[in-house]
Amino acid sequence: MILIKNAQIVNSIHDKSEKTDILIVDDKIEKIGKNIEENPEKMIIIDASGKYVMPSFTDIHCHLREPGFEYKEDIKSGSRSAAAGGFTTICCMPNTNPPVDNRAMVAYIKYRAREVSPIEVLPVGAITKGLLGEELAEIGFMKDEGAIAISDDGKCVMNANLMRNALLYSKDFSIPVISHCEDTNLSEGGQINLGYVSTITGLRGIPREAESTIVARDILLAKETKAHIHITHVSTKESVELIKMAKEWGVNVTADTCPHYISLTEEEVLGFNTNAKVNPPLRTREDVEALIEGLKEGVIDCISTDHAPHHKDEKNVEFNLAASGTIGFETAFSVLLTYLVEKNRFDIGKIVELLNHNPRKIIGLSPNVIEEGKKANLVIVDLKKRWEVKEENIVSKSKNSAFLGKILTSYVETVIHNGKILKKDGVLNC
Amino acid sequence: MKHLLGLKELSKEDIIKILNLAKDMKTILKSETKKTPHLQGYSVVTLFYENSTRTRTSFELAAKFMSANTTSISVQTSSVQKGESLLDTVKTLEALKTDVLIVRHSVSGVPHFIAKNCSFSVINAGDGMNEHPTQALLDMFTIRERLGTIEKLKIAIIGDILHSRVARSNIWGLSKFDNQITVFGPQTLIPPYIENFAKVASSLEEAVSGKDVVIDLRIQLERQKRGFITSKQEYYKFYGLNEDIMRYISGSTMIMHPGPVNRGVEISSEVMQLPNSTIEEQVTNGIAVRMAVLYLCTRKEGIYR
Ligand SMILES: [Zn+2]
Repeated sequence: MILIKNAQIVNSIHDKSEKTDILIVDDKIEKIGKNIEENPEKMIIIDASGKYVMPSFTDIHCHLREPGFEYKEDIKSGSRSAAAGGFTTICCMPNTNPPVDNRAMVAYIKYRAREVSPIEVLPVGAITKGLLGEELAEIGFMKDEGAIAISDDGKCVMNANLMRNALLYSKDFSIPVISHCEDTNLSEGGQINLGYVSTITGLRGIPREAESTIVARDILLAKETKAHIHITHVSTKESVELIKMAKEWGVNVTADTCPHYISLTEEEVLGFNTNAKVNPPLRTREDVEALIEGLKEGVIDCISTDHAPHHKDEKNVEFNLAASGTIGFETAFSVLLTYLVEKNRFDIGKIVELLNHNPRKIIGLSPNVIEEGKKANLVIVDLKKRWEVKEENIVSKSKNSAFLGKILTSYVETVIHNGKILKKDGVLNC
Repeated sequence: MKHLLGLKELSKEDIIKILNLAKDMKTILKSETKKTPHLQGYSVVTLFYENSTRTRTSFELAAKFMSANTTSISVQTSSVQKGESLLDTVKTLEALKTDVLIVRHSVSGVPHFIAKNCSFSVINAGDGMNEHPTQALLDMFTIRERLGTIEKLKIAIIGDILHSRVARSNIWGLSKFDNQITVFGPQTLIPPYIENFAKVASSLEEAVSGKDVVIDLRIQLERQKRGFITSKQEYYKFYGLNEDIMRYISGSTMIMHPGPVNRGVEISSEVMQLPNSTIEEQVTNGIAVRMAVLYLCTRKEGIYR
């Protein structure tokens, strides 16, 4: 039994409850109410005074690197990192080695996760066999085995006809197609955003159209096929505008962006900082603003982390050889709070939508809610705590955070998944 | 001064210090013996991941004239393919007691990366599209020698601005001295936001008219395949310093080129022969400037140490 005292529950945008207690028995929320009787011998008592209690988070786009790249991360270390950040459901991308492009691989990920993960890991299957962009993978079998979406993330399906067929075919299995939008003819050789910083550093630029032209293409394909397209890690203003237009047209399109795209700009790479090398690249202040507006208006539905762990040796190299990606689980919530809520762009309740309701809806899950009778999946966050992102405090095997050295406000202190305490008062115990 | 990584981060005072010292070094170059003991006992290594006989020879001669022990390492194929990372190479160079490393690499930021991971001095001999600081310093030296000043001049840079580290270093260096810089080239080779740093001319005539200095850049003919330019012939006609364009250039305008020149593509042989042209002088001045930089990078009382 766990008793959370003096909790201020945030369940949704307009929900601001009074301080209350939450009693968790087994994996469920047994009772919510004032002054629930304490029984220190039978209960773990957590005092949440001055803190907020929210449903735990869901990430629809991350990389766990197992199998094939366990030196970067594995299902266990990645899940622990996710748990540390307040995520209790995560969807891992299929670009492993071998890739998750068949039912056996989907089964393998689910099996491994059951063995070693303290949280729920949901595999994303590939769109094409071997992620080669040539033949459709067995989408039906993968769905049967538990894949919740399909994506060739890391690569774009450049063949428009194949993408069209993927969309049509996915409809029979009611599974969203997650698109990594990148016209590789436009992005080839590029390292960072094409713009001011590429000009002053001499690093090769990736034009913003590399993303937005494919966003436009995929929207048009989804419009005609009436399939569900999900545009992941949106980074440009033009993409936001296109998605907005598509939604007005009634296209079945959803989208996410990542914490780094709504907080950092291309200037982070000045000084050749490879931790700020991500794909798509960090863009400009204007894009950051457009993405925040997009989130506000609901054009961008949710936040994903695109947690992309890499080994130190893959980042401490020449800029062009450096792997793209930043880890993201452990900073996601704090980044949203620091850059959006603190700056009065959002109400705290909006975060519940972006990290819980909407991502879960996209993959067909019902939201985590803090109500009597529901599963106890929640986090306790301290909105006042300021902390510096430091390598030594990172739980993930990899330390390649674009936020290293940044001071963030707010912290995920306690995490409970299905009634189990995964993290308590800042200490991970899973 | 521990490293010379670029002119972007160098102050006006540092640049003047280098140019003044280069003037002294040039008198040494003019003497018969061409030998000073300034770098005696120092180990200077050139590590070139790209071919450049010119720049490498210039650095090596500069080091030798100052009595340094010089070693050159050329990396024909990327050592990464052989399994050795650049970081490994840096650690090896450190173990080999390198004092100064002169590095050229096709990737922007590599000298910065090395400098962050080593104890010796690093001199950037050209990194990707980023900087070629000694080239810009020798250009500035040559301008000051000819025109008596590097301030408040009208300077045009013509050609492949996008890929040119020479253009960037010149823009960063010359901008610190209140010069008016104009760039011109095919639109495909003009980088975004360059208008924050230089005026973008709309024609070659406009670019060169009334200028004190015209810096002509080398064009990489492979760029044709990537769709940046169409053909040598067309480039020469519309962007080359040919006889037609010379009508817009006065007798006192300096014509510079970092070399090696593609004759009949960027510039005609006739224009190269004109007294306006300083192309050969630039090569000589390059040694003097590199001597000055080597000297400053090995002095403890230098700018940074
Ligand atoms: Zn991606």
